[in-house]
Amino acid sequence: MDSFLGFDAVTLARIQFGFTVAFHFIFPAFSIGLASFLAVLNARYLITKNEAYLRLFKYWIKIFAISFAMGVVSGIVMSYQFGTNWSVFSDKAGPVVGPLMAYEVLTAFFLEAGFLGIMLFGREKVGNGLHMFACLMVAVGTAISATWILSVNSWMQTPVGFSIGENGQFLPEDWWAIVFNPSFPYRLAHTLTAAYLSTAFIVGGVGAWHLLRGEKKNVGVTTMFSMAMWMAAIVAPLQIFLGDLHGLNTLEHQPAKVMAMEGHYDSHPDGAPLILFGIPDSENRTIRYALEVPKLSSFILKHDFNAPLAGLDTIPDDEEPPVAIVFWSFRVMVAIGMAMALVGLWSLLSRVRGRLFDDKWLHRVALVMGPSGLVAVIAGWITTEVGRQPYVVYNTLRTADAVSPLGAQAVGASLIAFIVIYFAIFGAGIVYLLKLMHVPPQPGQRGVRSEPGPIRTAGHTASAPVATGTATAK
Amino acid sequence: MEISFDLTVAWALLLAFSVYVYVVLDGFDLGIGILYPFFPEKRDRDLLMNTVAPVWDGNETWLVLGGGGLFAAFPLAYAIIMPAVYPPIIAMLLALIFRGVAFEFRWRAGRRFSERFWDAAFIGGSVMAALTQGIILGTLLQGIEVEGRAYAGGWFDWLTPFSLLCGAAVVAGYALLGACWLNMKIEGDVQHRVRHAARIAAFITVLFIIAVSVATPFLEMEYFQRWFAWPGILEVAIVPLLVAGLIVLLARSLFVEGRDWMPMVLTLLLFLLCFAGLGVSMWPYVIPTELTLWDAASPRKSQLFMFVGAIFLVPIILAYTAYAYWVFRGKLDPDQGYH
Ligand code: HDD
Ligand code: HEM
Ligand code: HEM
Repeated sequence: MDSFLGFDAVTLARIQFGFTVAFHFIFPAFSIGLASFLAVLNARYLITKNEAYLRLFKYWIKIFAISFAMGVVSGIVMSYQFGTNWSVFSDKAGPVVGPLMAYEVLTAFFLEAGFLGIMLFGREKVGNGLHMFACLMVAVGTAISATWILSVNSWMQTPVGFSIGENGQFLPEDWWAIVFNPSFPYRLAHTLTAAYLSTAFIVGGVGAWHLLRGEKKNVGVTTMFSMAMWMAAIVAPLQIFLGDLHGLNTLEHQPAKVMAMEGHYDSHPDGAPLILFGIPDSENRTIRYALEVPKLSSFILKHDFNAPLAGLDTIPDDEEPPVAIVFWSFRVMVAIGMAMALVGLWSLLSRVRGRLFDDKWLHRVALVMGPSGLVAVIAGWITTEVGRQPYVVYNTLRTADAVSPLGAQAVGASLIAFIVIYFAIFGAGIVYLLKLMHVPPQPGQRGVRSEPGPIRTAGHTASAPVATGTATAK
Repeated sequence: MEISFDLTVAWALLLAFSVYVYVVLDGFDLGIGILYPFFPEKRDRDLLMNTVAPVWDGNETWLVLGGGGLFAAFPLAYAIIMPAVYPPIIAMLLALIFRGVAFEFRWRAGRRFSERFWDAAFIGGSVMAALTQGIILGTLLQGIEVEGRAYAGGWFDWLTPFSLLCGAAVVAGYALLGACWLNMKIEGDVQHRVRHAARIAAFITVLFIIAVSVATPFLEMEYFQRWFAWPGILEVAIVPLLVAGLIVLLARSLFVEGRDWMPMVLTLLLFLLCFAGLGVSMWPYVIPTELTLWDAASPRKSQLFMFVGAIFLVPIILAYTAYAYWVFRGKLDPDQGYH
C-alpha cells in the first residue's frame, strides 16, 4: 500500500479535511456572531443617535471585513474538497447533500456577498435605511449559511429519508425528513449559539484589554465590555442547556459516540459513573487515574441514578470511534462552557455592585477567555466528527470507502501546501486582526479604508459628510 | 441519441450560465491582478483595486455555484473530474486565497515591505488562478480516463501542451476583461494606459483563441466531425465568422475614444462565442466521449428539488447583484473616489 511519511491516503485525506475545515470554521464562527453584533450596533445607533454605537460599528467592521474575507477563501476550498478528496462520497451522497449545499449558495452566499460591499462601503451612497438593510441581509445570510451546512452535516450523522439505488447512490425519498433530520435542530441551535458566544467573548476580551489599559472613560470600550458580559451571563447557561439536549439526542442516535465521550469502556448495569478526568488507555480498555462521581452519568443521560448504561464492550471493535480524542475534546469543550458561565455570573455580581468597569480580576479573566469560544467550537467539532468514525454517513458509508482514488503522494503534497500556506496567510491575517484590536475605538472612529494618510487616496476627501469620517467608499 | 429538453438539459444550461457569469465577472477582477505589474505606482494600484473591492466577493460566489451545482446536479461528473485535475484545482484554491486576502491585507500592511508582499500575492494569485482554470478546461477537452464510476488516470495526466495552451489563453483573456473593466471605471492618464494595455491584451487573446480553436478539433475525432463534417459545417461556421466580425469591432472600439463601455460589451460577446464554440465541441458530454449529461445526472428528485428554488432565486440574485454594481457605478477618479 502506498504511503507518504508513513501515512496512507485515507489518513492524509482525513487530516487534510479536518485541518482545512477547522481553519475555515474559526472565521465563520466569528463572522456569524460579528455580523449580528454589527447589525445591532448600527440599529442602536440609528435609533438612539448615540455616537458610541457608530464608533463601535466602525471599529468592528474593519475587523469583520478581514475575518469575512478569510472565511470566504477558506470556504471555497471546502466546497471543492468533497470532489477532490472524497469523490466516492460525492458520487454516492451527491444526490442528497448536493442540493442542500446548492441551496446554501443560492440563499446564503449570494446574499452575504451581494450586500457585503454596501455594508462596508455604501453608507453614503445608499443612505442609512438601505445601509441598515444591507447589514441585516449580511447577518441573516451568515445564519442561513450555517443552517444549510449544518443540515448537511447532521444528515451525515443521522441519515434518514433516503434509499440506496442500484448504482450505489443515496437517493432522496423525503426532502423534509432529510433537511430536518433528527440531530439537525440540536446541532443548529448549539452551533449558532456557539458562534454568538465565541464572538461575545472576543468582544469582551478586547474590551477587557482596553479597560486594563486605563480606557475606563472611553464609552466605546465600556459599551462593548458591558454588552459582551450580558451575552456571557445569559447565553452561556443557555448553551450548557442546549449542549445537554444535544448529548441526549446523540445518545439516542449515536450511542457509541456518547460512550467514547464518557469514557465508558464497560457497561454499567446499575448506574454509570461520571468520569471527570482520567487518561484513556485503549490497549487495556480502561480509563487510568479516573476521577469519577458514582452514578452521575446515568443521572445526566437517563435522569435516574441507577439506570443501566451500555459501554463500548457492546460495540464491535471495527465500529468503535477513537476514544481518547473524543474523550478529551469533549472535556475541553465542556470545561470552557462551564468557565464561560462562571464569567457570566461573576460579571453579574460585579455589575450589581457597580464595579463592572473596575474589577481588574474580572478583566484579566475575560481577556484570557477571549479566544476560548473558538477553542470550544473546534473541540466540539472534533468530538462530533471523530465520534462518528469509522463512518462518514453514519452506519451506512465508511470513511475508508468514501475517499478519492488518489495516491498518498498527491494528498501528502497538497496537505503540506495547505498547512504551510494556511499558517502563513491566516497567521498574517490574525496578526492584522490583533493589531486592529490593540487600538481602542476612538471618537471620530473611521470605517473601512478611510483612514487618513497617504495610502487612502480615494474617498476621504471633503465629501465625507459626517465630520467624524464615516465609512466612505474607500 | 435521443435528446429531449428535460431537467438535465435545464441544469446543464443553468450551470453553463453560472460558469459564464463566473468567467466574465471574476475574469475582470482576476484580470486586474494580471495587469498589476504594468502599474507599479502605488497610487494607481490603490485605484485599480478599489474599482473591484465592493464586488469581488460576489464575483467569486459564482465559482461556488458552478462547483456546488455540478456536485448537486451531476455528482458523478464532479466525482470524476475533481480527482483528475487534483493538482491544478488545489493550486487554484490556494491562489484564490492569496489574492482574496490581499484585498484586505494590503490596506492593513502598514509597512512598505509587507504591502509589496501583498501586491505580489495579488498578482501571483490572480495569474495562477487564471492559468489553472484554463488548464482545467484544457484537461476536460483533451479527455479524462474513466473506469467504472471513478477517475482511472495518474495525477499528472492533465499536464499537456494543450492544457498549458488553454491556461495561457485564459490568462490573456482575463487580462483583456480586466483592461476593459478599468477602461470603464477610470479616467484621465491612467485610463490611457489601461486602453493601451487593452489593445495588447486583445491582440494576444485573439492569437490564443485562434490557436486553441485550431488545436481542439484534432484532440478527438468527434470534435473534428462536429466542426468539419458536411453539412453541419454550415451551421457551426457561424461561430468563427461572428468571432471575426467581433474582433474587428473590438479593435475599432479600442482605438476610437469615447463610449468607454463598448470594448467591455464586445469582449463579453467574444467570450460568449467562445463558450458557444465549446458547447459545439462538448455537447452532450460532461466528460467528453466518456460521460454524457444523462449518465452523470443526479436523480430527477434531486434535480427537481433544486430547480424549483433556482428558478426563483437566480433572478433575485441577479437583481440584487445588479443593484450592488449600480450603487458603485461610474468613474472612479484617482483624486476623488466614489461620489
Ligand atoms: C462556544 C462553543 C461551545 C461551548 C461553550 C460548548 N459547545 Fe458543545 N459543541 C459546540 C460548541 C460549544 C459546537 C462547535 O457547536 C458543536 C460541534 C458540532 C456541533 O453540533 O456542535 C458541539 C458539539 C457538542 C456535542 C456533540 C454532539 C454530537 O455531535 O453528537 C455535545 C454532546 C455537546 N456539544 C455538549 C456540550 C455541553 C454539555 C457544553 C457545556 C458545558 C457544551 N457543549 C459547550
Ligand atoms: C458539511 C459539513 C461537514 C461535513 C460533510 C464533514 C465531513 C467530514 C469528513 C468527510 C471528514 C473526513 C473523514 C473523517 O475522518 O470523518 C471529516 C473529518 C473532520 N471534520 Fe468534518 N465535516 C463537516 C463539517 C465540519 C466542521 C464545520 C468542522 C469543524 C471545524 C469539522 C471538523 C472535522 C474534523 C476535526 C475532522 C477530523 C476527524 C478525524 O480525524 O477523523 N467538520 N468531516
Ligand atoms: C465542510 C463544510 C463547509 C463547506 C463546504 C463550506 C463552504 C463555504 C464556502 C464556499 C464559503 C464562501 C462563500 C462565499 O463565496 O461567499 C463559506 C463561507 C461561510 N461559511 Fe462555510 N463551509 C463549510 C462549513 C461551514 C459551517 C459548519 C458553517 C457554520 C456553522 C459555515 C458558515 C459559513 C459562513 C457564515 C460563511 C460566510 C463567510 C464568513 O462568514 O466567514 N461554513 N463556506
